[in-house]
Amino acid sequence: MTLPMFGSAEDPGPSFTELLTRLGQSSAAPATPGPLGDVRHGTTVVALRYVDGVVMAGDRRATEGYSIAHRSIEKVFPADRHSGVSIAGAAGPAIEMVKLFQTQLEHYEKVEGLALSLEGEANQLSQMIRSNLPMAMQGLAVVPLFAGYDVRRQAGRIFTYDVTGGRYEEADFHATGSGGRDARTAIKLFFRDGLSRSEAIEVAIQALYEAAEEDAATGGPDVVRGIYPTVATITAEGFERVPDEEVAERFRELIERRTAGGQPR
Amino acid sequence: MSMPFYVAPEQVMKDRADYARKGIARGRSLVGIVYDQGILIVAENTSRTLHKVSEIYDRIAFAGVGRYNEFDQLRVAGVRHADTKGYAYSREDVDARSLANVYAQFLGQVFTHEMKPLEVEILVAEVGSDAADDRLYHILYDGSVVDEERFTVLGGEAEAISERLGASWQPGLSRGDALGRAVAGLAGSERTLVPEELEVAELSRANGRRAFRRIEDAELAELLGAS
Repeated sequence: MTLPMFGSAEDPGPSFTELLTRLGQSSAAPATPGPLGDVRHGTTVVALRYVDGVVMAGDRRATEGYSIAHRSIEKVFPADRHSGVSIAGAAGPAIEMVKLFQTQLEHYEKVEGLALSLEGEANQLSQMIRSNLPMAMQGLAVVPLFAGYDVRRQAGRIFTYDVTGGRYEEADFHATGSGGRDARTAIKLFFRDGLSRSEAIEVAIQALYEAAEEDAATGGPDVVRGIYPTVATITAEGFERVPDEEVAERFRELIERRTAGGQPR
Repeated sequence: MSMPFYVAPEQVMKDRADYARKGIARGRSLVGIVYDQGILIVAENTSRTLHKVSEIYDRIAFAGVGRYNEFDQLRVAGVRHADTKGYAYSREDVDARSLANVYAQFLGQVFTHEMKPLEVEILVAEVGSDAADDRLYHILYDGSVVDEERFTVLGGEAEAISERLGASWQPGLSRGDALGRAVAGLAGSERTLVPEELEVAELSRANGRRAFRRIEDAELAELLGAS
């Protein structure tokens, strides 16, 4: 490898994707004729605002058609210090997109000496989804959920996307993926302004539980193997994963309450 | 037809080296020093925004003295090299030795083939999993690389500062002690340096994945006062 130096006309600036293109290492997949068969899909992810920032959560199941492809896939990732991205859709391109997105944000910060604004990060992701459109047309759609703590506004913000790269800001909460509808309904029932950390995690867990009840592709808590959904908080202190033990304990309580009866099953 | 004057290659190289050294000596010096938790980089720099010390990758930092536009170009190229390598392979495959080599190649190439050598000296520092794995690569304007164990000094007054640091450095220094010694080394006996004249950053094993962190303002004043 030699030192990547560019003349002023070819300089890729702070963009990592542009740099890969200049170096001929672009990771864009070549177009394949016709739709592909069953590929791995990830399913339900949720995000909701609470008093300190945002809670993000996602189930752990990946499916290939009607079979379960993976029981403990990760769908919630840190994007940079104050933001996170969670993915629904074709797992392969989605995970690749997250890796590229993470590198892009860190690359920008190092080259420019200043981190991107949350708005700027949301736009970057939008462009990446748009460049994936040819693959989305073949059934490999990636629909992430982006959330973060806006250091300038001092508030949590949530952005949703469609396959064309359209970017929409949500006021309070959102869920995407095959179980997204059920998860959204569950959040709608429990959401109010100014939830505490503990309450917000509870709402996210309830939403994933409901989604897993109604949607075959969404995984519920796997008590036998000890696999529970990923939950993370994003606050002024940064992105932080809620420890597995805490999530497991929450699910144990939820299951106990439902078993005892008196609540809808 | 006029014939160009013959100039011996030794003379050409000597002239270029003198030119580069003169340019570098105009700026202030910089120290990279090993302490118990990693590496501390201390530069004399009155600017808050034009940095001499920067992050390259998870465990690697860059520092430069001499012409700002030239070493900043090298810094950006280093970030690009490291990020593309980490993206194509794995984060743990990005190491300072390989980066120091590509810098050395580039500087050597410019020194022998271009009209004007780069008027810079750079430092590539890497914090390892323990003190024995900490690395300091000091690369000169002509592409020669020096691998230092304890500390390294870049800039015009390197010899005098090295002598002072050599007398005060010892293994297992705390961060405060390392900072105190680096600043005393830079200042010499006739001057004192205040926090506003310093740019300080650490590569610390305690910082998690991204080991690089700037030590600024109140934190720097406190650390400097305590040492």
